[in-house]
Amino acid sequence: MAQETLTMIVTRQDSPDSPPYEETFKVKYRKNMNIISALMETQQNPVNAEGKNVAPVQWESNCLEEVCGACSMVINGEPRQACSTLVDKLEQPIRVAPMSTFPVERDLVVDRSRMFDSLKKVKAWIPIDGTHDLGPGPRMPEKKRQWAYELSKCMTCGVCLEACPNVNSKSDFIGPAALSQVRLFNAHPTGEMNKSERLEGLMEDGGITGCGNSQNCVQVCPKGIPLTTSIAALNRDTNIQSFKNFFGSDHAY
Amino acid sequence: MENREFFYRRLHSLLGVVPIGIFLIQHLVVNHFAVYGAESFNKAAQFMHDLPFRLMLEIFIIFLPILFHAVLGVYIVFVAKNNTRRYGYFRNWMFFLQRITGIITLVFIVWHVWETRVQIGMGTEELDYSLMENILANPVMFWFYVLGVVSTTFHFANGLWSFLVSWGVTVTPRSQKIATYATLLIFLAVTYIGVRALFAFV
Repeated sequence: MAQETLTMIVTRQDSPDSPPYEETFKVKYRKNMNIISALMETQQNPVNAEGKNVAPVQWESNCLEEVCGACSMVINGEPRQACSTLVDKLEQPIRVAPMSTFPVERDLVVDRSRMFDSLKKVKAWIPIDGTHDLGPGPRMPEKKRQWAYELSKCMTCGVCLEACPNVNSKSDFIGPAALSQVRLFNAHPTGEMNKSERLEGLMEDGGITGCGNSQNCVQVCPKGIPLTTSIAALNRDTNIQSFKNFFGSDHAY
Repeated sequence: MENREFFYRRLHSLLGVVPIGIFLIQHLVVNHFAVYGAESFNKAAQFMHDLPFRLMLEIFIIFLPILFHAVLGVYIVFVAKNNTRRYGYFRNWMFFLQRITGIITLVFIVWHVWETRVQIGMGTEELDYSLMENILANPVMFWFYVLGVVSTTFHFANGLWSFLVSWGVTVTPRSQKIATYATLLIFLAVTYIGVRALFAFV
C-alpha cells in the first residue's frame, strides 16, 4: 500500500498575460493513477495545500490513450503526455508545468496553433479533389508503407518542439514535427506527385535549415518517430530539389 | 532578403568543409614542419609565402569564406536556446559545444591573424620560426593557442558530422553513429598534428 496522498506542484497562470505562479495540491492517492486523474482530483476538490479554495486547474486532454497529443505538459522536468504518465513511476513531489515553447492560455493549457500553421506552410496533406473521379491511386510498396506508418503516428503534441533548442522566440524554425510530415506525404505514391511544393515549403525561411542537429526531438518523441532520420532524408531531398530548381530538371514536379 | 536562408545555411555548411576545413588541415600540416626544426619550418613557410597569386588565394580561399562562416555562425549561436541541463543527451552536448567552440575559435582566429598575418602585412614582423617562438614563449599565450587549436579542430570535426547530415549523406541512425566515430578519429588526428606543432616551438 502506497501513501494516502500525493503532493503535486502545479505551475499556474490565470490568463495569457498574467505572471505564472506555483500552487501545491494534496491529492488523494488511488491505485494506477495517471497525471490526468490526479489533476481531475484537483478539479473535483479545488483546495490547495494551505486549505484555501482556488480556481480549478485547467488543462487539455481528449483521448486518454496517447494518440491525440492534447495533454502534453512538462512533468518533473520532462515534456510528455499526462495521460500515459503514471503517478507510481514518478518521484514526489510531482511538478507539473505547461510547455514553455508555446504561449500559455491558462494553467496547463497552451496554444499549439503554430504547429498547425506549420503543417499548412509545408502542405502536409494529399490533394485529391478534382472535377471528376480520378480512379484508384498507385500502389505503395509494403516495405515503404511500414516506415511511413511510423511517421503517421505523429499527433502534433509539441513535445519535440519543447525539447528543441532551436525552437524558441528568437527563431522562426517550424520544428521537427512538420518536417517529418513532409517525408510522410512525399512517401505516399499520390502525395509524391506534389512533393516539390512541400520541399519548397521547407526551403523557405524557418524551414529545414533551422535544424541544428541537437537530436533532442528523437529522444523525447512519445511515439518513437524517427524524426532525425526524417530530417536527414529531407536534407537530401531539399538539396536535390534546390539543384533541380536552379539548374533545371524535367523531374522537378 | 526573403527565403535566402536555405541557400545561406547550406553555403555556411559547405564553406566550413570546403575550403575552410581543407585550409585548416593544410595549415596545421605546414605548421608541423616546426617539429623538424626551425630551418625546416622556415622553408615550408617560405614555400607557402611564395605561392603564385598568394593574395588572391588568401582572399578567396581563406578570408572571405571564414568571414561569411563567422558572421552567419554568430547569428546561429544567437538564435539557439541551449538546454543541456534539461536534456543531457550526447548530441545535444555536441550541439552546445559546437556553438561554444565556434565563438572561441572566432576570438582565437581574430587574435591569431592580427598578431601574425596583419603584422607581417604591415611589415612590423617577419614570417619565420622566431615570430611564433616569441609569441609562444609566453605561457598564457601558449595555452591560449592550445585552447584555440583544440577548439578549432573540434569545431571542424563535429562540423564535418553535421555537414554529412545537412547534405543528406548520413540519413540512417547507424550511418550517423559511425560518422560520429569517424569524426572523433579525425578530431584526434588533426588535434595531434596541430598541438604537436605548438609544442615544437617551446
